[in-house]
Formats: sequence, C-alpha cells, structure tokens
Amino acid sequence: MDPERKKVVEHVAVSTFPDEVLERVLVQLKSHKDRSSVSLVCHSWYDAERFSRTHVFIANCYSVTPEIVSRRFPNIRSVSLKGKPRFSDFNLVPPNWGANIRSWLVMFAAKYPFLEELRLKRMTVTDESLEFLALSFPNFKALSLLSCDGFSTDGLAAIATHCKNLAELDIQENDLNDKSGSWLSCFPENFSSLEVLNFANLSNDVNFEALERLVSRCKSLKVLKVNRNITLEQLPRLLIRAPLLTELGTGSFLQEHPACQYSELENAFNKCMNLNTLSGLSEVTALSLPALYPACANLTFMNLSCAALQSGELAKLLVHCPCLRRLWVLDTVEDKGLEAVGSNCPLLEELRVFPTDPFDEDTFHGVTESGFIAVSYGCRRLSYVLYFCRQMTNAAVATIVQNCPDFTHFRLCIMNPWQPDYQTNEPMDEAFCAVVKSCTKLQRLAVSGLLTDLTFEYIGKYAKNLETLSVAFAGSSDWGMQCVLGGCPKLRKLEIRDCPFGNAALLSGLDKYESMRSLWMSDCKVTMNGCRVLAKEMPRLNVEVIKVDGSNESQADKVYVYRSVAGPRTDAPPFVLTL
Amino acid sequence: MESKVAYDNDLNLKATELRLGLPGTDYSEEQALFSARNNKRPLPELNEKCGSKGSSDAPHAGNETAPPTKAQIVGWPPIRSYRKNNLQPKKTEPEAAGIYVKVSMDGAPYLRKIDLRIYKGYPELLQALENMFKFTIGEYSEREGYKGSEYVPTYEDKDGDWMLVGDVPWDMFMSSCKRLRIMKGSEARGLGCGI
Repeated sequence: MDPERKKVVEHVAVSTFPDEVLERVLVQLKSHKDRSSVSLVCHSWYDAERFSRTHVFIANCYSVTPEIVSRRFPNIRSVSLKGKPRFSDFNLVPPNWGANIRSWLVMFAAKYPFLEELRLKRMTVTDESLEFLALSFPNFKALSLLSCDGFSTDGLAAIATHCKNLAELDIQENDLNDKSGSWLSCFPENFSSLEVLNFANLSNDVNFEALERLVSRCKSLKVLKVNRNITLEQLPRLLIRAPLLTELGTGSFLQEHPACQYSELENAFNKCMNLNTLSGLSEVTALSLPALYPACANLTFMNLSCAALQSGELAKLLVHCPCLRRLWVLDTVEDKGLEAVGSNCPLLEELRVFPTDPFDEDTFHGVTESGFIAVSYGCRRLSYVLYFCRQMTNAAVATIVQNCPDFTHFRLCIMNPWQPDYQTNEPMDEAFCAVVKSCTKLQRLAVSGLLTDLTFEYIGKYAKNLETLSVAFAGSSDWGMQCVLGGCPKLRKLEIRDCPFGNAALLSGLDKYESMRSLWMSDCKVTMNGCRVLAKEMPRLNVEVIKVDGSNESQADKVYVYRSVAGPRTDAPPFVLTL
Repeated sequence: MESKVAYDNDLNLKATELRLGLPGTDYSEEQALFSARNNKRPLPELNEKCGSKGSSDAPHAGNETAPPTKAQIVGWPPIRSYRKNNLQPKKTEPEAAGIYVKVSMDGAPYLRKIDLRIYKGYPELLQALENMFKFTIGEYSEREGYKGSEYVPTYEDKDGDWMLVGDVPWDMFMSSCKRLRIMKGSEARGLGCGI
C-alpha cells in the first residue's frame, strides 16, 4: 500500500473508534496497573476506562479523598482499601491514629448504592460502620477485614443479620472485641448464599448447631475456616455437609476420644477431594495427623503456623503432599523438619517459618541456617521466603540464593538485633549482597542482623526491581539510606526503624518520594526541622510526625511521608503533626 | 565504617550500659552508643504492647551486663499479636510454667518473687508470706477482712485494682493476680480491717 494512504487510514481508524466498543473491551481489563496505563493514552480512553471500571484499589486511604474517587469512577462495585502503615501491625503506631472507614462508607452509600464487595486492610472500623454497611447496600456480597481494629462481634452480628446476599465473610487477624460467638447465629434460617466463611481468629465459641445448619444450607460453600473452639469431634459433621470445599481451616485437632472418633474423621477427609488449602490444626498430635493424609493429595497451600509439629510428624505428613507450592510452619519443626521439606516438596514456591518463642533468648529452639540451606537444595523454585531464626551466616545465604535465584520476596529476620555472622563475627553485609546480586527479580526485601552502610550500597546498586524494603537496627550513617534512595528505581515502600539515618538521608530522597507510595522512619535520627524542610520543599507530600510522650522536643520520633492528592489530613489526632 | 560519634553531653552510660549483641564483638561500642542514644523506651508501655511475659522476664538477676531481653523493644521481632496469642506449644511438659508474681511489703527494702503454682490454696500462701517476711497476718473473715494484725495482704488484679487476698476462689485468684503487696499500718486499715 502507498505509505501516505496507509498513514491516513490508520489515523482515521483510531479517532473514530466508538467509545461503547472501547468500554466493552476495557471492561475485561482487571489489572489496575493496566487500567492506569490505558487511562493515560488520551482523553477518550481515560473516559472509557473510568466508566468501565468496577473495582478500585486504594493502597493508602489518605492519598485520595472519597469525593475524588467517586467523581472519577461512577460505576464501582468493589473496593479495596488499605489504611495504616504496615508497622502498625507491630504496635509502632499509637491507637486512634486514623484510617477510619466511616467517611468512605458515607460516600459509597451516596454514590455506589450497588456496592458488592469491600476489602479492608489495617483500617479502623466501628460497629456502627458495620451496621451502616449492612443496612445501606442491598446487593452486598463480600466483606473482608484483615488486620483491622475498632469493632466487636456485635458488628459482625449486624452483617449476618442484614446482608441477605452475603457470599463472603472473611474476618482475619483483626484486633476486635470478641464479646461472644452469638453473631454466627444471626444468619437467618433461610440464608444460603455463603461461599466463603473465615472466623479462624475469633476466640469465643459459636453455637455449633447453628454453624452446622448454616454449612448445610449453603450449598456453594467453598471456603470454611473455623476457630480453635471447634473440636475434632465436631469437624466431620461440618465436612460431610460441605462437599465442595476447596479451602479448609480446622479448629482444634486434639483427639479427646481416640478410637471411635478416628474412623469418622478418616471418612470425612476421604471425601474431601477438592481441597487445595489447609490451615488451623491447632493442638495437633501425632495420633490425629494421619487422618488428614487422604485429603492432602491436591493441596497446594498448607498453613501449619498454628500447629506445633515436630520434625518427624511434618516429614510423615509431607510425603502425602506432593503438589505443595506454599508452606507455612512453626519453628518447632526445626532444621530436621526443613530437611524433610527439601526432600518432599520439589514444587515449593513459598516458605514461611514462624518462631514459637520469639522472646525467649535463653533456651535454644527453632531453626538455623542449616534448615534454610536444606530447603534451598530441594526446592529450587522457591521465590517467597519469610524466615525467623536466631543465627545465620553470610556463606549460608550465599549458598541459598545460588540454589534459588528466583526469589521475588526475601524476608529474613534474625531475631537478635545487630547480630553478626555467628561463625565469622562479621556483619551480614555479604549475605544481602548475594541476595540482590543473584535475585534480579527481587521485589521485596527485609534485612536483619548486623549491617553496615555496605548492605545499602549493594541494594542501591543491584536491586533494580525492588519495590518494598524493610529495615530495622541497621546501617552506620546517612549514606546507607542515601544509596537506597539514589539507586532503586522501582522503590515504592520504604519502612525503617531504629537506624542511624538522619536529616541528610531523609532529604536526599526529595525527588523520589512522589514516585513512592510511602516512607516510614521511626526511632531514627531525623529531627523536626528536617521534616519541616521536607514538607516545605515538597508540598504534594504529606509529612506527618507522630510524637511520643516524653520524647525530646526536636526529635521526630516517628515520621510518615506519603504522596497525596487529598492534601493534609483533616482527621488527624493530636499526636499526629502534619508539617 | 564511621568512627564513633562523640556524645559529649550525654551521661557516661557506658559503665552501666545494657547491650544487645554478642559480648566482645568489635562493634559493641558503636551498638552501645547507638542504643544509649535511643534508650528512651519506658518499660510499662512496652510490656503491655509486646504481650510479653511481663517484667518478670527482665534482665537476669546476676549482675553481669546482661543484654535487655527482646521484651524491651516494642514490636520486635515483627510478629503480629494474634500470632503471639495463638501460640500454645503443647508438646512441652504437661505441667504449665510457674506463675511468678512479685511480692512487696511496706517498709521492706527489696521485693521477693513467688510461684503461685506451688501453693494449694490461701492458707499455704499466707503461711509462706509470713515466713518470708517474718510477720503475722491476722485472721481472715469475709465481712471484716484481716483482723488482729497491722499487716494486710493485698494483690493487684488484671484490671489494675488492688484487692484483698482471700475474697475470690483460689483458681480465680491465681489467674488474675499480677502482684502482691503486704500493706501495713493506716493504709491497711482502710482496706477492711474492720474499723
């Protein structure tokens, strides 16, 4: 074709592409990153994208206002919101800091009356808000609360009572006031739409008969995670009524009456053909564990972090789980247990090892570098690790990442702060050098042990895909933090505690913070003046200081910096100073 | 590595420093200075927040420069509180660990610590306290408290209230008692010596 003519045809084709068609196409796009890119193409694509979007993910509730969101996206059915900085999980953020869902709910009720799904992480949610939610959205289908606070089981009762179309109720790891288990009994007798029910972290008894009836009539139930008060005797009665289960979280796995119970349990697990996820198993013993084996054939995720298993028990169990991709364990399994993981789980992609006695320094417990090494030899596809231990060496980490270069998430927690390589007494710098050099796909890194600025030089130099970095008790001077800020182009979240980084370090990131989601620095050497300079230079950042009682006037105890189009917070409590 | 920063104006904390990390390492000084500089965490707040075993796990009684236990660092190791609450390793001895509480007596120069689990009930406990501090407790009655002595045994319960020892069933007392205090004199009289 004549090149001139071809150019004209192409030009006309793009500009007359009907919006409705474009919207129909864009509705298929689920990834919010893709949608973001689409919206930047041109004005008509921006409009087509915003009308076709049904799900919005707001990673920092203070980065934008409800009004701005509702103006841009008129057709939202599903919202995910995150609130407090992650270190609030470890009590570093005082209570009543904020991130209250209330103002969002008010907007949703006005602009999104057909809202179906709400997924919240680290938000404050009151019982009144839950009741408001339950009464305002007739189509409401899915509620997920992870690491939230401010509510009690009364709020859950309101949800159960009023949400007639509820398909998902997922209450995980929240700091809630667990008054009683009676909320479960509030589901009406004709209610049958539940597909996902997770109340594993609630501590009060629910009425078992009510639960049994609920499971019975919810024929589409796929996910059931009960709390530890549900006994091993009661479990089979639930299992036989939920044949479609793909994810099961058991209650207590303690056998009270060995003989008669076991066969019932075995039968029930024999019928669990579709399980891909298993969790719970609190109080499990060697006696009751084998009943599980028939149900493990297709398991891809096993969460044993509430089960104090010994190495032998784990080894026997793993033989029956050939398809395992994700495994969470307690360090009671010790290095021997991890050797069994290495031997039995060739497809393993994720391993998390949690400590049983995190505060007990004296007696030797748990896992060491040998366990980790053993896993790395057997599980070459490992890409996600969270490992709590009391000793580590540079050489071990180097071996591990040589065996497993595909790490995307490497979170190592050597539990004693400032602990050097226990064999050479050197800092752990070379360990993390190996990690960032070998693992080119690394997105998330948490460092620990004795670390000098060298670690951060390496991170800045090699970690080109790093998005999240967590640092505690590390570094020698401002230079360390400067290296990271100057070197990691994809950095989005930086959280630092108890490090000798001061104003020079903070201010070296002036040009960077707008491209990041947030920065957290607590108990470092940053002063109020440093923060004021930052706030002055970068008006589109919110620079907040949390003052701790009894601290020095000029110290900026906890600093939280984040980009925002919402301007400074209007709901900040007195201990949060916006500069 | 940077040479140590001079902390001219700070107190010479090195003599009484508490250090984390292995003793005798090259970096101990730097660590010590750093932790001294940042040593501003009040204990009561920490014990609450960490959900740790409380002040009974404070540095060892021996007078070496014992490092502070991790119970003194807020939020470290980074474990969510629901996980700490859920952990119940049942594999260890069937007998649970002792319930250690501090005992103070008005006028005594130092405190003592006892394991409530070794006593079967109030009579044994009170006898042990009498032996420990060399005094006599009066006779207990529900209506009038302890009569016949100027000493009254009291305890602090879970809600932070000071209660008279003996009012509640022994098991309830064991699970709610946080510390004991033997009150003396006029203060004691106020708590129910039947004036």
